[in-house]
Amino acid sequence: MNNKAKEPLIHLTKRGTVPVRTAIMIRIIAVIIALIVCAVVTGLTTGINPIEVYSSIVSGAFGSVRKTWITLQDVSILLIISLALTIAFRMRFWNIGGEGQVLMGGLGAAACMICLGDKLPNAVVMILMLISSLVLGALWGFIPALCKAIWNTNETLSTLMMNYIATQLVLYFTILWEVPKGSGKIGIINQNSHAGWLPQLFGSKYLLPIILAIAVTAFVYVYIKYTKHGYEVRVVGESPKTSVYVGINVKKVIIRTMILSGALCGLVGLILVGGINHTLTATISDGRGFTAVLVSWMAQFNPFAMIATSFIIVFMDRGAGEIATRFDLNQSYGDILTGIILFFIIGCEFFINYEIHIRNHKNKEK
Amino acid sequence: MENTQPVLSMRGISKRFDLKQANTAVDFDLYKGEIVSLLGENGSGKTTLMNMLAGIYYPDEGQIFVKGNEVTISSPADAYRLGIGMVHQHFKLVDVFTAWENIVLGMGGKYDVLSAKAGIKEICDKYGFVVDPDKKIYNMTVSEKQTVEIVKVIFRGADILILDEPTAVLTPQECERLFEVMRNMKKDGKSIVIITHKLNEVMAISDRVVILRQGRYVGQLETASTNPQEMTDMMVGHAVTLDIERPEPVDPKKRLVIKNINVTDIEGVRKVKDVSFYMNSGEILGIAGISGSGQKELLEAIAGIQKVDSGSVIYIDENGAEKELIGMHPQDIRELGVALSFVPEDRLGMGLVGNMNISENMMLRTFGESHKWFTDRDKPKRVAENVVDVLEVSTPGLDTPVRRLSGGNIQKILVGREISSHPKVLLTAYAVRGLDIGSSYKIYDLINEQKKKGVAVLFVGEDLDVLMQISDKIMVLCDGEVSDIVDAKKVTKNEIGLLMTSLDGAAKLKEGADGRNE
Repeated sequence: MNNKAKEPLIHLTKRGTVPVRTAIMIRIIAVIIALIVCAVVTGLTTGINPIEVYSSIVSGAFGSVRKTWITLQDVSILLIISLALTIAFRMRFWNIGGEGQVLMGGLGAAACMICLGDKLPNAVVMILMLISSLVLGALWGFIPALCKAIWNTNETLSTLMMNYIATQLVLYFTILWEVPKGSGKIGIINQNSHAGWLPQLFGSKYLLPIILAIAVTAFVYVYIKYTKHGYEVRVVGESPKTSVYVGINVKKVIIRTMILSGALCGLVGLILVGGINHTLTATISDGRGFTAVLVSWMAQFNPFAMIATSFIIVFMDRGAGEIATRFDLNQSYGDILTGIILFFIIGCEFFINYEIHIRNHKNKEK
Repeated sequence: MENTQPVLSMRGISKRFDLKQANTAVDFDLYKGEIVSLLGENGSGKTTLMNMLAGIYYPDEGQIFVKGNEVTISSPADAYRLGIGMVHQHFKLVDVFTAWENIVLGMGGKYDVLSAKAGIKEICDKYGFVVDPDKKIYNMTVSEKQTVEIVKVIFRGADILILDEPTAVLTPQECERLFEVMRNMKKDGKSIVIITHKLNEVMAISDRVVILRQGRYVGQLETASTNPQEMTDMMVGHAVTLDIERPEPVDPKKRLVIKNINVTDIEGVRKVKDVSFYMNSGEILGIAGISGSGQKELLEAIAGIQKVDSGSVIYIDENGAEKELIGMHPQDIRELGVALSFVPEDRLGMGLVGNMNISENMMLRTFGESHKWFTDRDKPKRVAENVVDVLEVSTPGLDTPVRRLSGGNIQKILVGREISSHPKVLLTAYAVRGLDIGSSYKIYDLINEQKKKGVAVLFVGEDLDVLMQISDKIMVLCDGEVSDIVDAKKVTKNEIGLLMTSLDGAAKLKEGADGRNE
């Protein structure tokens, strides 16, 4: 026992439970470091004062009352899609089909507005819009779930493919319903009668999605944590074998959960078409079905944390638009900054899960 | 041999996880060419201690010496470099790769297939392993996988081997083969640490026993001069009786009648062939048989989880009303009071959810009972508190995910849950698999308590001694068929062994008995 061994310079240990305060501190530090790195990158590559860039990002999101409302509305939309996907994710069912499910919901709403808009009382039209968008969204969740339940197909692929089908369907109906003929787009539906336009709450056209988002957040939280269905979802996700052993009908749970997931996405389609855009395009979801996957994962499938993650994404996105116009940079520059910030936010999870010990002789006394 | 310095020694090793002190100032020595048993109750820190040698964990305090030099083991690669190899309880193999691919995997550098295979063959011949290097892992039995793991560590030059509960998943025959190999390795000068709970194995294989209790070293014994009683007392910390009681059945009534059950598995193999028997209330029916003789399928068929080709399972309640269970939903069968606790080889796979906490795992049994939308969270919590309390589950709290607990504690939760559902029929398989002595006897007591309450118990076990002590009757399965149902008080171990291995055994025994009668 002669030569003394050295403690390694760095070694990692997995943390057990992390106090919430520590976890939040680590995340805040990560954001601060991210902002510093962004500032350095901005300064070096564009020569623009980073402080100005940051302030215009903030003003892009909150610069005026209208901008603030739009930011909140966008957060709500992204949040609802993320929550919808989360229900499936908790079952380890990787629903990448949010995009298609939203589109189908939108298609359902648009179809009711166009075909029934001036023929039925407005209240009836709206109820039919709600039903058809929920049903079509649910159908787009149901089909991959059925394939998974019966043939154990890979849901990542099938939900992804369903997106393409939805896009093509919407394109087909766009031509069918185009106004004016030959324009290749539907234009504002029922511009004069406003038939099927979702009501404005308290005189604000932005409030409806926000209130819905709050309701859906609470619903998904309670559903997963406190209901029997939610419990089954988690058991199936964690251990299909155990599910069978305790008598859970795994196929039924998969199908039921995906119907719910798809229907919530369909609801977003309804809001987009009936409440915000009043038209239908194949890009109405604007990639949010995919962004929501990131939002859900970043929040570690926690509905309340998802409010924060969807906010960050929307905030940066709106800010990026602002700096693009103000400094004559393009939108991509904002995306680069978003990328850097996300890298730090996601990367800091490592430091939350692991503790790093650096060799230090002072520590030895502990 | 022992006068030389140890090949491995640990001094003052401590390790803390979050809230739990796993090891406190443990000293441990291992000499060349010896087999040491590391003994301790579930959660006493045996695996943690060994994991620090294998480079999985890094000790908070203490020193490790290999052949006299202090070393730092901060990764499994470091451990291999020092000639330390560990075979974990849960195998670390890539399922879709072949045996030889798994063996060379991660060794770095270049290797050529032929010389790798030749090297493997050489090891096999030398120590008596049987491995087909081209067989895929997913086609292997548990025993074969274990062999691959051992060959893997030897192939990488380990001369200090650590085996973590290697026999927990093996049949008695496979154990014997493993011990043979271990003796060969010992002869070759390798040093082996084996973690096990089975005292007869400790007696059979090891030279020395090191005992841990609650993470501390409590002493060591020379195997030759000790006995199971002394080891158990040291391990538990107070005197324990090693007898299983067998209360006389009170007022036995037919509770479950199984007639001509046939089960075919997914691959089309007939697993259960025309099995008929009945179970009485207040009796324990033991099932003996080589593992894979249809025990699992039979139990699952009764519980409604396994599809049955033909046959019937009649449940008779206290009032004599009969009910056919075949075709009923598993949930409904359970509500009748038929509880199944099957402890699988990997312990977690069936019946528990690793990432959920203890209360939520208790909920698995009860959540379906009420027909409300919301789950009842109070009842499972009370059950959890009760199980943790009665079975002395060592856990930081009820909110700890069960995968963080040690294997034995996980099992206590599973068996405890089934028993706390107040069943009328209790089907239990391998209830003490991998459990330490203290916990095993606690489980036997619990099962006997159920028996006294009038529960019809079906007890599938591996240890014939225990089976013969606890059961009233023993049904012996051989290749999916019933070879005989015998009185546990009159049968001998030999007779059961014969019945287990061949159906003719029954005929032979009868002949023998007839012969004696004449």
